[in-house]
Amino acid sequence: MLPLELDQITFSAGGTTIINGISARIEAGPRTIILGPNGAGKSVLMRLCHGLLEPTGGRVVWHGARNGDVRRHQAMVFQRPVMLRRSALANVVYGLQLAGKSRRESELRAMDVLEVVGLEKQAHRPARVMSGGEQQRLALARAWALGPDVLFLDEPTANLDPASTQDIENIVNAIHASGTKIIMTTHNLGQARRLGDEILFISNGRLMEHSPIDRFFREPASPEASAFIKGELPWHQAGGTG
Amino acid sequence: MTDLGEAFAAAWALVAGLDSGLAGIVMLSLQVSLSAVLLATLIGLPLGAAIAVERFPGRQLLIVLLNALMGLPPVVVGLLIYLLLSRAGPLGSLGILFTPQAMIIAQTVLIVPIIAALSRQTIEDAWREYSEQLRSLGARRLSGAMTLIWDTRFSLLTIVLAGFGRAAAEVGAVMIVGGNIDGVTRVMTTTIALETSKGDLPLALGLGIVLIVLVILLNALAAVIREIAQRRYG
Repeated sequence: MLPLELDQITFSAGGTTIINGISARIEAGPRTIILGPNGAGKSVLMRLCHGLLEPTGGRVVWHGARNGDVRRHQAMVFQRPVMLRRSALANVVYGLQLAGKSRRESELRAMDVLEVVGLEKQAHRPARVMSGGEQQRLALARAWALGPDVLFLDEPTANLDPASTQDIENIVNAIHASGTKIIMTTHNLGQARRLGDEILFISNGRLMEHSPIDRFFREPASPEASAFIKGELPWHQAGGTG
Repeated sequence: MTDLGEAFAAAWALVAGLDSGLAGIVMLSLQVSLSAVLLATLIGLPLGAAIAVERFPGRQLLIVLLNALMGLPPVVVGLLIYLLLSRAGPLGSLGILFTPQAMIIAQTVLIVPIIAALSRQTIEDAWREYSEQLRSLGARRLSGAMTLIWDTRFSLLTIVLAGFGRAAAEVGAVMIVGGNIDGVTRVMTTTIALETSKGDLPLALGLGIVLIVLVILLNALAAVIREIAQRRYG
């Protein structure tokens, strides 16, 4: 699948340019963090990469794409997990069956990943009555079960307490260790430091810099990034998610 | 007042005694309205789901039309089906005017818009919530729609019950296409209308009691289903 190349991609909606001519090459291996303030366009950029949105200009190219469905080799976990009204196990099985796996194979695989994320005892509980942290772990399990080459995570811990956040971060690292490329958005500097190997810093729909994590925090190249790191947010967008 | 009291007492005796004339009328009513709701569900649910997830020219117009058709006056539906099925009409050769089949067709036409419009709304709301996740997992529109129908099944069941309530309570359509023939096409509502005008209050009141109890039971059932589903599945 990788590298993923963004070639001058632009996205506009309703007369507003949300992503403005971003070019970048994302290689296999390092955990990539898309960092930026709320409203910068992080989530939209991720949806463009994943194919949920079509760019209004430019191209998204998967250079290592094998024959077949590009989407099948990617998965995404959203800020707010969307669970079907069925058991935790059935939610994981659902994704596997859409990917063409047999029922029996799906159930075995689903039980395996539920165990890895610590939800094996809850396998038969209805997914929607689980806590926010459990639902997000389940969302990770559902994505991981598909064995994606690339996993997109859109602010996966934004609504969670510190303990649940740590669970999620541990699982993300385990998924990384299993060989899946991690691409994650966050506006949380601590999380970026803990989980990131390289940073794509986005501000106002533009890519301000793309650098290894150490260098980004030691010597940010753009005034926006250094202001963001210092916590001096010159942006005034209220609420919303990037 | 004593007349009214006597009528109530007589009505109660008919209901409590499972009077055979009354029971026959109730059974035919249920048969007609349940058949109509089944047919209307088979047509209206996929229609509602398709409109909810598909994007096509004229979609908004269709939604407005469907919503407007929810308020179709039963007598107008009855008249249209009457014209279609009457001897000179395009479907006159079927020879089903003044039969329960004609009544089922009329009630189906009456409640398809209700089931289609309400399920469209329910499924579209769910689609808004789920669509990114489902598309991310590789669901296409059709498989996504099937997933949504299953996931909103309890809300959809409430809609179907509402459709049944409407069918069981309407009088205009079945009166016109059924003809209110004793023992053949006489249902609860048409009997109530006829017996009231004839002055035979006990039978009319007895049927009225059954009809009201039925409507209350349906609503209670819908509430219980919702409650259980909410508690078990969130």
